[in-house]
Amino acid sequence: MTETVETPQTAPNSRFAKFWDGDFAWSFRHSPVALVASLVVVVLVLAAIFAPLIAPYNPFDPATLNLMNGFTPPGTPNAFTQETFLLGTDDQGRDVFSTILYGLRISLFVGTAAVVLAMIIGVILGLVAAYYGGWIETFIMRVADVQLTFPAILVAMLIFGIAKGVTPPEYRNEMAIYVLIIAIALSDWVQFARVVRGAALVEKNKEYVQAARLIGRGSLPIMFRHILPNVLSPVLVIATISLALAIIAEATLSFLGVGAPPTQPSLGTLIRIGQGFLFSGEWWILFFPACTLLALALSVNLLGDWLRDALNPKLR
Amino acid sequence: MFAYIVRRMFQSVIVLLVVGLVAFSMFRFVGDPIDNMLGQERTQADIDRLRTELGLDQPFPVQYFKFLQGAVQGNFGVSYRQGRPVSTIIAERAPATLELAFVSGFLAITLGIALGVFTAIRRQGIAANVIMTVSLIGVSLPTFLIGILLIYIFSVELDLLPSFGRGETVMIGNWSTGFLTASGLKALILPAITLGLYQMTLIMRLVRSEMLEVLRADYVRFARARGLSDRVINFRHALKNTLVPVITITGLQLGSIIAFAIITETVFQWPGVGLLFINAIQFVDIPVMAAYLMLISVMFVTINLIVDLLYYAIDPRLRVDARAT
Repeated sequence: MTETVETPQTAPNSRFAKFWDGDFAWSFRHSPVALVASLVVVVLVLAAIFAPLIAPYNPFDPATLNLMNGFTPPGTPNAFTQETFLLGTDDQGRDVFSTILYGLRISLFVGTAAVVLAMIIGVILGLVAAYYGGWIETFIMRVADVQLTFPAILVAMLIFGIAKGVTPPEYRNEMAIYVLIIAIALSDWVQFARVVRGAALVEKNKEYVQAARLIGRGSLPIMFRHILPNVLSPVLVIATISLALAIIAEATLSFLGVGAPPTQPSLGTLIRIGQGFLFSGEWWILFFPACTLLALALSVNLLGDWLRDALNPKLR
Repeated sequence: MFAYIVRRMFQSVIVLLVVGLVAFSMFRFVGDPIDNMLGQERTQADIDRLRTELGLDQPFPVQYFKFLQGAVQGNFGVSYRQGRPVSTIIAERAPATLELAFVSGFLAITLGIALGVFTAIRRQGIAANVIMTVSLIGVSLPTFLIGILLIYIFSVELDLLPSFGRGETVMIGNWSTGFLTASGLKALILPAITLGLYQMTLIMRLVRSEMLEVLRADYVRFARARGLSDRVINFRHALKNTLVPVITITGLQLGSIIAFAIITETVFQWPGVGLLFINAIQFVDIPVMAAYLMLISVMFVTINLIVDLLYYAIDPRLRVDARAT
């Protein structure tokens, strides 16, 4: 870390400069953990987005696969074809580096989509519960309490199982990713609902809400235009921590064989495939996807921790 | 006290009824049971006969009631995949899961409390700091990766411990136990560590933070001023008071041990109920899924009830609250 002398600007000329001089950005610049973690996340996200451009092979195009390339160790030329692969190949001759890039894509997509969906459900239910109170609140929070006594991963598994039973067999593989998103989201909304309700209960009685009510604004605008912006910062923290949990949940489900199908492997599916070759000595098929998953989950987790501290005024 | 217990039990029963409704709806709406039971060559007469026989022509509440009646008697129908009664299959598999859960729960509680106390007392020590750092990594690692890592180290590289199955088991009545054979005990080590590690770190961190708080309390300083020995202060005065929240969390964690056993059992191909459940999801074996759901919710609800009642018995402040509401 290079300590730069802060020259106090008298008039920040743009929104960005204002943000850059704020407490939030300051604490970001001065936290090595946050810097490294966000760097890792950015690299991984970019790698996932541009996977088709970066990946040397398309692992899902059977035309480019050569079974002779199977089990090539990383960095050494294959005995038959003399081709080299950066991180080796798996049993079907797929380039491990490319499958990781595509797997990262699916892991990140499922994780992000699940958290966004959980956030939408949780925020709406939490706001409604706090704003209307009465039996609506009792009902929503009771359901939340009951669901909270069951581990999220179990709930997700169950929803996945039921959804699998409902979808006709020929669509199961195509639908698996979306079913996975919904299952993880439905197992995760409770956190958001509880936090939003707690914060909204406080906001609800403040003057600005009363004022809005007095000038005759309806319930919906008050909830979403007035109260929501004021309860968003804890939601942001929970979303980041939830993202790490969702990525791990997705990997776990896929690893157990009740998630992303082998035709669209996520990192968890890749680890599941790699586990089969642990005993025969092909460690790289397992090792590199596992490291990628760890790096991703750990950095998102650390970012979440940092965000929680940075947004908590008590710790400043 | 009595009113509180009754209200709490009433809540538990409602939760179970709702879970029962979910399980029953799975039976009723996920796939057609008639389809599953009759083969390709069926006539409309067959279908109608079976429908009446199974009571599927009766109104929904009546069917639901019958399902609950069966469930209470342990009758969950026949597994679509294995063609045997679900209750028999689960009874066969239960000992494996319960033994695994018991051992890892025991490990988690004893080691968790011991390490928690140790890291709290020797807060500045090197060993305590190493333990805390390792535990941080342990919490961030997904369970299945810990399992694979242990398999890699102890089965592949060192070739010391088996990587799958239960080893040899001995039947005692209907209970198959792995405790009595050397291979059974050896097979238990890695899965038990995998399953218990996460709960152990959780208990350890909890005990540590509670203990640090209590050690700062006035009565501990007075005890020190009275000239009591460190051992008496740490274990008689401080530890006792940290145990109230620890009991709650530990109790709730016992439930998650059973749930996380699904992951551990899959990694180690441990022939327990969790592996059965995962296979049931993969093959959409609804009766097994429904039975597992009912069993595990009975367990969770009971554990929660016991923890709440224990808490109520231990902490007198709660009694005042309960009366006020």
